[in-house]
Amino acid sequence: MAQQHRTPIESGCPDGFQYMHPVMRKNYGQWKYHEHTRPGVLMHAAHSGDQVWTVKAGTQRILDVYSLRKLCEIGETFGDGYVRFTLRSNIEYMVTDEAKVQPLIDALENAGFVVGGTGNSVAMISHTQGWLHCDIPGTDASGVVKAMMDELIDEFKNHNMPNRVHLTTSCCQINCGGQGDIAINVQHTKPPKIRHDLVANVCERPSVVARCPVAAIRPALVNGKPSLEVDEKKCICCGACFPPCPPMQINDPEHTKLAIWVGGNHSNARSKPSFQKLVAAGIPNNPPRWPEATAIVKNILKAYKEDARDWERINDWIDRIGWPRFFEMTGLPFTKFHIDNWRGARERLNASTHIRF
Amino acid sequence: MAIEKHDTPMIDQLEDGPWPSFISGIKRMRDQHPDQRINAMANDLLGQLEHSYETRKGYWKGGTVSVYGYGGGIIPRFSEVGKQFPASKEFHTLRVQPPAGNMYSTEMLRQLADSWEKHGSGMVTFHGQTGNIMFIGTDTPGTQHFFDEVNDYGFDLGGAGPCVRTAMCCVGAARCEQSNCNEQSIMRHLVNNFTDDVHRPALPYKFKFKVSGCPNDCVNAIERADMAVIGTWRDDMKIDQDEVKAFVEKKGRKYVIDNVVSRCPTNCMSLNDDDTLDVDNRNCVRCMHCLNVMNKALSPGDDKGVTILIGGKRTLKIGDLMGTVVVPFMKMDTSEDYERIVEIAEETIDFFAENALEHERTGEMIERIGLVNFLEGIGIEVDPNMVSSPRQVSYVRMDDWDEEAAKWFNRQGEEAAAG
Repeated sequence: MAQQHRTPIESGCPDGFQYMHPVMRKNYGQWKYHEHTRPGVLMHAAHSGDQVWTVKAGTQRILDVYSLRKLCEIGETFGDGYVRFTLRSNIEYMVTDEAKVQPLIDALENAGFVVGGTGNSVAMISHTQGWLHCDIPGTDASGVVKAMMDELIDEFKNHNMPNRVHLTTSCCQINCGGQGDIAINVQHTKPPKIRHDLVANVCERPSVVARCPVAAIRPALVNGKPSLEVDEKKCICCGACFPPCPPMQINDPEHTKLAIWVGGNHSNARSKPSFQKLVAAGIPNNPPRWPEATAIVKNILKAYKEDARDWERINDWIDRIGWPRFFEMTGLPFTKFHIDNWRGARERLNASTHIRF
Repeated sequence: MAIEKHDTPMIDQLEDGPWPSFISGIKRMRDQHPDQRINAMANDLLGQLEHSYETRKGYWKGGTVSVYGYGGGIIPRFSEVGKQFPASKEFHTLRVQPPAGNMYSTEMLRQLADSWEKHGSGMVTFHGQTGNIMFIGTDTPGTQHFFDEVNDYGFDLGGAGPCVRTAMCCVGAARCEQSNCNEQSIMRHLVNNFTDDVHRPALPYKFKFKVSGCPNDCVNAIERADMAVIGTWRDDMKIDQDEVKAFVEKKGRKYVIDNVVSRCPTNCMSLNDDDTLDVDNRNCVRCMHCLNVMNKALSPGDDKGVTILIGGKRTLKIGDLMGTVVVPFMKMDTSEDYERIVEIAEETIDFFAENALEHERTGEMIERIGLVNFLEGIGIEVDPNMVSSPRQVSYVRMDDWDEEAAKWFNRQGEEAAAG
């Protein structure tokens, strides 16, 4: 007789109310205002007069159970036992007694976590898995993030920026890390090296052909075996063929580089949401600490901090000062690669005499 | 028996510095955990990661692993260098849907930690970029055992592959004064209507829901969700003029003019001589900037609802796309409203399933067939809020102009009659 399998309970997304702080449950939809009482701490006041303090802390994101239990223990000893995680993998503790805030901060910092990430800070870098777990990564996001946050920790712990700064990083050009004020993303610079002996067994060739954004791939017989070939003049080295067909080896220890993009902003505040724009490329993918990428990020942050006005995000700041001044202030080279030639590219050309001198 | 630890000189350098180190965390699992299975798994994981750092390449490949009854939810990982690192040669991730709003009691986190160290590596991330809890690292039997255990106490797998994915919403009404809707309820109504499509990948490609309670859009819905639901309001914003005066008193007129009045994208604000604020609400686009700056003085109005945008996505394949307004405003008060938003999602996903090409996202499909064909497919009428400007080029066939114009006037008449 066949083995009996357990039938899954298709319960989907659990109700958040059962794990929510009782004061948040009680005042659901009835909040009045908030204050930044200090970096890393928010106070929300409800119309009922109730108040809740939130202490936010950065973590290593990939948590071992020891770190997770430590975070729980801190929440039970110094908080009210209720937490949530933010979009950028920070942990937030909610407490209703202001007297608990400082001991909670002390406990988190004594355990090596970093309180901050609120208001006009440099937030935790949103990122994905990289070499630790992904099947297509050109770099290790977790390592890049650890090395970079070591250098940006003061900006995380303080409100020293004109507005908040969201950083992201992605290990391939699909850009799982998403849009950011500053994004540090893998950029391949050479076409895939094809392992022709494996293609026929591993890849569904029509899907791979269809996946190419510039129609540079076609079926071919190589050494008498069905394989694929790439028109290297058309190839944009994006790596889109690699996930459906691992023999299309795109990752390369030398030619897989990093690029930096700025001005992505998901909010509708002031201007409409914006996508990030290329500013720097050819940056070595240099583990274990990627110092070249960090230096450029710090340089951009310095120019932004010195020149942007209050409440300007990086995209707002560049909209005001113009791209020529951005390149002048950061010292980054402007190249032919900065001029877009993808669909809709002419919308990004200057069709006016609006020029700053 | 002590394990032979791999030398890891490169990743050891990621233990230096003040930010918490994931490498130190994995080493704790290698050195301190009582279970030798976990010690060996962490050791070989570190060994493979060091190998990646030395050679600057990844060594994981995908495959097919699922739990009984489902087709997705697991990210299978088999090592290409498993002979050198046998204890972590299978290192699959389970994507588990978090409670709405990412709320946890520490008690529940401990229960999840206990289950995970019993069946997996003990490494977990809250959360991946789609919004799942990522339980990173177990072998094929471990995926089933862990799932069976957490499923019994209320957790379910998320999506992986061409399917409806785990959804996400902001903290919203639970702790934010700018919330304009019940984010958690909307998100759960949407994604839990499609559990079959979450667990059994059968769509052309992925489909994501994200819900933000206001146009600050803290969950990046417009930029990365196929269906973005954004809370908004359509009456006047609320102004507490005493708080406005207190703000001007505290920050100064220049600050208020430079940072509130002149930053309004539609120039709809004016600071009066008595330090109160005038707002031209007809021209307010609900960008949220002034509410962000003066959150004690300014608040959303009372006539709240949501805007729906469809078609946001990341780079693959035609480049990044924002969502497009498809429903400028709808109320989210009654059960009929909830039924309607679920119906819009069903129409959208049905149309996507039938009309998108393989591996094409909703936004790319709309780009290919045009917004009007999509709107006709899901039964939604055109609206000038859907465009940033009307057509610029005259090359279009318009021989049924009169009928289309009549539809507009008819709709306007019906709306006027409905009051």
